[in-house]
Amino acid sequence: MKKSTGNNSENLKVIKSKNHISDIFFEKTTLFFAFLIICIVFWIIYEMFIDSAPSRDAFGWGFIFSQDWEPVKEQFGALTFIYGTVVSSIIALAIALPVSLGIAIFLSELAPQIIKTTLSFLIEILAAIPSIVFGFWGIFVLAPFMRNTAQPFLESTLGFLPFFTGTKIGFGLLTSGIILAIMIIPIISAISRDVLKTIPQAQREAAYALGATRWEAIKMALLNAKSGILGATVLGLGRAVGETMAVTMVIGNRAQIKISWFEPAYSMASVIANEFAEASGKIHLSSLIEVGLVLFAVTFVINSLARFLIYSTTKKLTVK
Amino acid sequence: MEAYEILANPKNLKRRKIINIVMLTLSVVSGLVAIIPLIYILFYTTAAGISSLNLDFFTQLPKPVGEPGGGIANAIVGSVEIVGLGSAFGIPIGLMSGIYVSEFSKSFFANIVKFVTDVLSGIPSIIIGIFAYGVIVLQTKHFSALAGGFALGILMIPTVTRITEEMLKLVPISLREASLALGISRWKTTLKIVLRTASGGIITGMLLAIARAAGETAPLLFTSFGNSFWSESIDSPTASLPVQIFNYAISPYAEWHQKAWAGAFVLIALVFIISLIVRLITKNKFSQSV
Amino acid sequence: MTNEFLNNINEYDLKEKYLSTNPEDSENPVFIKSEEYVNKDAAVQEKSSHEKSAIAVSTTNLSVWFNDKPGIENVNINIKKDSVTAIIGPSGCGKSTFLRALNFMHDLTPNAVVTGEINILGKDITEYNSIDIRKKVGMVFQKPNPFPTMSIYDNVISGLKLNWGHKKGLYDEIVETSLVQSGLWNEVKDRLKISAYSLSGGQQQRLCIARTLAVKPEIILMDEPTSALDPISTAGIEASIHDLKKIYTFIIVTHNMQQAARVSDFTAYFYLGKLIEHSKTSTVFTKPKEKLTEEYITGKFG
Repeated sequence: MKKSTGNNSENLKVIKSKNHISDIFFEKTTLFFAFLIICIVFWIIYEMFIDSAPSRDAFGWGFIFSQDWEPVKEQFGALTFIYGTVVSSIIALAIALPVSLGIAIFLSELAPQIIKTTLSFLIEILAAIPSIVFGFWGIFVLAPFMRNTAQPFLESTLGFLPFFTGTKIGFGLLTSGIILAIMIIPIISAISRDVLKTIPQAQREAAYALGATRWEAIKMALLNAKSGILGATVLGLGRAVGETMAVTMVIGNRAQIKISWFEPAYSMASVIANEFAEASGKIHLSSLIEVGLVLFAVTFVINSLARFLIYSTTKKLTVK
Repeated sequence: MEAYEILANPKNLKRRKIINIVMLTLSVVSGLVAIIPLIYILFYTTAAGISSLNLDFFTQLPKPVGEPGGGIANAIVGSVEIVGLGSAFGIPIGLMSGIYVSEFSKSFFANIVKFVTDVLSGIPSIIIGIFAYGVIVLQTKHFSALAGGFALGILMIPTVTRITEEMLKLVPISLREASLALGISRWKTTLKIVLRTASGGIITGMLLAIARAAGETAPLLFTSFGNSFWSESIDSPTASLPVQIFNYAISPYAEWHQKAWAGAFVLIALVFIISLIVRLITKNKFSQSV
Repeated sequence: MTNEFLNNINEYDLKEKYLSTNPEDSENPVFIKSEEYVNKDAAVQEKSSHEKSAIAVSTTNLSVWFNDKPGIENVNINIKKDSVTAIIGPSGCGKSTFLRALNFMHDLTPNAVVTGEINILGKDITEYNSIDIRKKVGMVFQKPNPFPTMSIYDNVISGLKLNWGHKKGLYDEIVETSLVQSGLWNEVKDRLKISAYSLSGGQQQRLCIARTLAVKPEIILMDEPTSALDPISTAGIEASIHDLKKIYTFIIVTHNMQQAARVSDFTAYFYLGKLIEHSKTSTVFTKPKEKLTEEYITGKFG
């Protein structure tokens, strides 16, 4: 090691400790397993690519913009499903975001300890309930409710908007949006809560000292944490986009693009879940896999964005 | 207007006070809004499901439509089998990777591993199912519990890795120093001192991963597929609890719907019990002051 | 001032007060005089007088760099065997940094680079691997750190049990000897299986010392071993050190000058990463050669 100190630059003899061979072996073993994870992820991407080759060759980029989905004529396109996924997820976000923020505020700023523990335990359970149970409940409880009560009500009050008209069978974009909202509330509220916790108490105290009301102090903390909360929301979006079973059971599974939210639709994950096991023919199977590839790409972008937002907030706040 | 003008103006004050109360109330209300569906789902499922629970349910094979009785014994056993396979595959990888990332975190490679693990945790489970299909089902030309287990194992890896890493990082560096200063090798320090101290939390991670895997349906739909009978081996299509519930739920038969509720109840009960155990373990661990 | 100081602090006073061989004397904590155990060990070791004056640790131009900034610079020191050397100096002067270089503890610190030459027991340090050096050079830390999942018994023999090739049959005897030598035996002899965490701070530290002794290192490094403890525990540990220096070499970092004066044969004064003075304790405290040393001793700063 050559170091130039103030007075002289000379070659300094570095003392390095020798590691015992068992320690080196241990490091390499754990490294191997960690490396396996990287291999798996790359292999997944590779496999998706290879297995979707037939349809990619057949349809090219037009696949994304085509509404066709005819197994008999062997014409496939992903647009219908992209529409279904996007709209149901956005509806879910629109419902989940205010509710999650409310919970995050309640749990981090307002609630007394005992309510805090109970409520957060309950939300943990909500997060752990399998998606199929949500879907099942959706079929037998939520869909009838939507069909008989909620949708007529919405049509009578907001019917001037094109979203709230049309056939009311209870299964469709709106119902799946609601179920998705319930499913992503735990994750958005949990991360928002963590982000809010990192805002130093001193900031709130300064606000109170200036005469702010409780809500105004909270609002200020929210503004400070906004990119973290945005990150939490985007993460929730990622989860909603990838959600399969609950959506499959209530979205109606009809491949069509209609503007009304009462109408049945089809999401990317749902079509794969429904048709994969009995896909007829190579092109059909390959198209389903290509839909999966699109889904993978979308969730990858969304999750990377979310991670970046959350990371940049916590970094900014903890350095202070 | 200056801030102090806004704040000091009495007319504004009344308005601000009202906004304050409204907003705070809304936030309390949203807490309730989240709880209502949860309680509703839990109670409804319990009520609908518990009446169909009997010994037959757990011990009998499914009967064809029209014949009363029967159960989902094969689905329960199948789930145990598939989740077991997944755990055998996913838990060791997750544990070892968690150890690597926490103990050798100085290396640049460790950061890559953390990033990739995050990516893996964000991949929808149905995509993992497609992957398992391509790797195993396409090659062996049939559905199998093995393929299902493979998919579930991959799903479990990120949870186990992340929680292992976090729990190991919680062990104070003074314990590692003490052990190394005695001439105990690095790997023994990690395994016998650090890991042992963090064991409660790490087991928590494993339980959470198992609970999540047990409830997964999507990746099993075209890997282990399902079976109305006992499966002959791990190399044949196997019934599983979530898939069975799904098949019953979307069928038009009321009897089967009943069974589906019962199955859903079993799943929820499982999730609830594991969450409780996890809470108890972590509460104990942290009250034991370090 | 320093002379009076020395006259008032006599290590033998402490020993008479706190070490009672009369077990019926229940007013003061009872430590067994560790002399007989120490002598037993010493006989087994059979040291020649030549060996006794040998050098345990010798460093040449030892420097430790953190992110290219020196923590200690060009330290040249020879530490005698079977003696107690105190390392003193104001906060941040490099005392702990020096200590940790002697048993490769800087491995745990990223961005730390050690340069120069270190000789441990006649061999260059690079001829040892990191595990062997730590078996020869033990370390006791400032905050007691017993292993939480183990009992007292298991803690003491942890250094042996977790390394292969140690005779299981001797464990009982080793545990007793080590606990006696660190002065903890009487207090815990009937409850060796309880968790180490149920002991008080002073007891935990003595447990850590026993754990280090059980491995039978030749050199024991102590990084402010009593700064977190109450005066009675401190006195007990100092008494143990006094007895044990017949067979171990002690290097003790302390920010407490009185402790250095009480406990050590030699004292090294560090200031801003450099070794300023190293000689007999009595000299350093009464007739220091360097002005910097005198200023520190007389309390002008630090």
